[in-house]
Amino acid sequence: MVAFMLYTVLPLVWLVINASKTQGELFDSFGLWFADTFALFTNIGDTLTYKDGIFIRWVGNTLIYVVIGAGGATLLATLAGYGLAKFKFPGRGAVFAVVLGAVAVPGTALAVPTFLMFSKMELTNTPWAVIIPSLISPFGLYLMWVFAVQAIPTEILEAARVDGAGELRTFFTISIRLLAPGIVTVLLFTTVATWNNYFLPLIMLSDPNWYPLTVGLNQWNAQAQGAGSQPIFNLVLTGSLLSIVPIVVAFLFLQRQWQSGLSAGSVKA
Amino acid sequence: MSRTFRNTLTRRTVVAAGAALALGALAACGGGSSSGGDGETVAGSQADLDAALEKGGEITYWSWTPSAEAQVEAFQKAYPNVKVKLVNAGTNTDQYTKMTNAINAGSGAPDVAQVEYYAIPQYALSDSLLDLNVYGLGDLKSDYSASTWGSVAFDGKIYGLPQDSGPMAMFYNKKSFDAAGVTKVPTTWDEYIDAAKKIHDYNDKWYITSDNGDGGQTASMIWQAGGHPFNVDGNTINVNFEDEGSKKYTAMWNQLHTENLLSDAKGWTDEWFRAMTDGSLATLITGAWMPGNMEANAAGASGDWRVAPIPTYDGTPVTAESGGSSQAVLKQSKNPALATAFLRWLNNDPASIKIFLESGGFPSTTAELSDPEFTDAKSEYFGGQQINKVLAEASTQVAPNWSYLPIQAYANTIFGDTAGKTSYTNHSDLNAGLAAWKTAIDTYAKQQGFTVK
Repeated sequence: MVAFMLYTVLPLVWLVINASKTQGELFDSFGLWFADTFALFTNIGDTLTYKDGIFIRWVGNTLIYVVIGAGGATLLATLAGYGLAKFKFPGRGAVFAVVLGAVAVPGTALAVPTFLMFSKMELTNTPWAVIIPSLISPFGLYLMWVFAVQAIPTEILEAARVDGAGELRTFFTISIRLLAPGIVTVLLFTTVATWNNYFLPLIMLSDPNWYPLTVGLNQWNAQAQGAGSQPIFNLVLTGSLLSIVPIVVAFLFLQRQWQSGLSAGSVKA
Repeated sequence: MSRTFRNTLTRRTVVAAGAALALGALAACGGGSSSGGDGETVAGSQADLDAALEKGGEITYWSWTPSAEAQVEAFQKAYPNVKVKLVNAGTNTDQYTKMTNAINAGSGAPDVAQVEYYAIPQYALSDSLLDLNVYGLGDLKSDYSASTWGSVAFDGKIYGLPQDSGPMAMFYNKKSFDAAGVTKVPTTWDEYIDAAKKIHDYNDKWYITSDNGDGGQTASMIWQAGGHPFNVDGNTINVNFEDEGSKKYTAMWNQLHTENLLSDAKGWTDEWFRAMTDGSLATLITGAWMPGNMEANAAGASGDWRVAPIPTYDGTPVTAESGGSSQAVLKQSKNPALATAFLRWLNNDPASIKIFLESGGFPSTTAELSDPEFTDAKSEYFGGQQINKVLAEASTQVAPNWSYLPIQAYANTIFGDTAGKTSYTNHSDLNAGLAAWKTAIDTYAKQQGFTVK
């Protein structure tokens, strides 16, 4: 347990401590304790203003990608998973096979073919090149499908139909509430995946103005390498620290929803 | 033409087969066809370049060099009709991945791009770069040091103009040398090995230098030893680490490597810079562009370091290039005259070169390399030494006729997985590591449609 704690918490502790140091002190002070100057606030200021505040722009980009990409992916996965679970139609088995297969393909492997396709559509180097592929979450779809099978008794749907409710109304008034814990889980997964997405934006985007945080921070980090380097490790560290804050907040917030959702479901069942 | 076509096919097959997961593979695969100026033959003179500057227009320039911003600004001031869109698309490998993708896709590549010398052959072979001879830039040959010009001009074409250069030298920590009783600065590799022993005996946490397996560094060291391991003839590649120079290098370096006289610190890491600061890393055998990085990353060691020529095998001065970049015009450019005109200003105009030098770059132009203002400058970090004298001297002593592979970028990325695993993790014979590297390079070259000899 202690070892596990160390393993998970230590990097975070290290990050917090070292984000408080100046560039010079990073190399001549002990790694796991504070240096003479406490430069965290200066570092935060510098991070937010370096190169005309491009960091803030990256935060904004990441938020756009997460809200539209992860939000859209969750919506699509919910609709499709529900549909596959609760409606019988020809070809369902084939869809199931394709989805299962898609879960197995790592996104990294698809990135380059996706690039060539998007290039033909002239969408590379635009936000759409990041958002559209993010909308597809085979794992989310699969999860919602399995969850919908379990969480929504077909009898309820039949009762609603007998009472004269249309399919959309049934979905938005009844099903969606029963699916809430599943939706939150998928949202959590897609949010984290989109927030951390690196490879896809890396190859799709060449204009730093559209970078998400991951690619931007890596570019700052790479700036320290090779001829004529300009190391800004202190800003990389501070930027990393700042960039995990929203995801931690989202995680804590969604987790609460998720847990209450689960218990609500259990009582009902 | 048929070769380009075959390579394109190979690449498609590779992608279709889902081998796309090898990022490096695609980064290095230069097999695409470049369209852009399809059909039209570009030809002109330097006068056409002046006309293009007058006429103006917009071009895109990809670069990660720190001086780019100030250079573009100065350029636009001098030529207000031209708009240069500067994009930092990523540092080397990232940028090459994007550029290769854009070239393969047929659109999206910049007009002018920063390309390191080792990556020039890969774009040259895939016919992605404009031959600057068409605008008469061959006339500029005498402006550049022989080794940098040789890196951009071959097969009768000029693929770019050199920007910086990196003749190798030995940076050494005088304080560490003094403490360990190394009284004579090594001039031969034998003396260097003796110094390594003294330093490690003095303090077992101290090392003469570090090497945890870096393909680029190893290639440069073989280059200095007179080796020619990478032979390219048209579409035929021959990798040979059995030649005299390569053997000379491994025999020498093995004495340090297998005797655990080298630190495992990986270059450009926190550990590496720390070792540079606290004196536990006594020398760096690296390119002339290093001083600025040391001042920025190992500020605590100011005054401790000095520069000397790289040790040699027999006392005759000879060195190699490490790193260094040129800028090139891509064939995809819709306005090649303007792009070339910008490139000519960027890497040949004194105003631009001055900005580059101020950013801490090491020049490739003979005028600057012999300018007393440059060579006589004293470096406070290096204890008041006139380091540029040593480094400029080195730039004239680079062993000639070196060539890189057209898949060098990829080859360098797999060094750690091959030579690293074979001989670096257990400090065993480097020849075995190089053999493993060769096998992997050959395999990849075949996949890319090259003939391997």
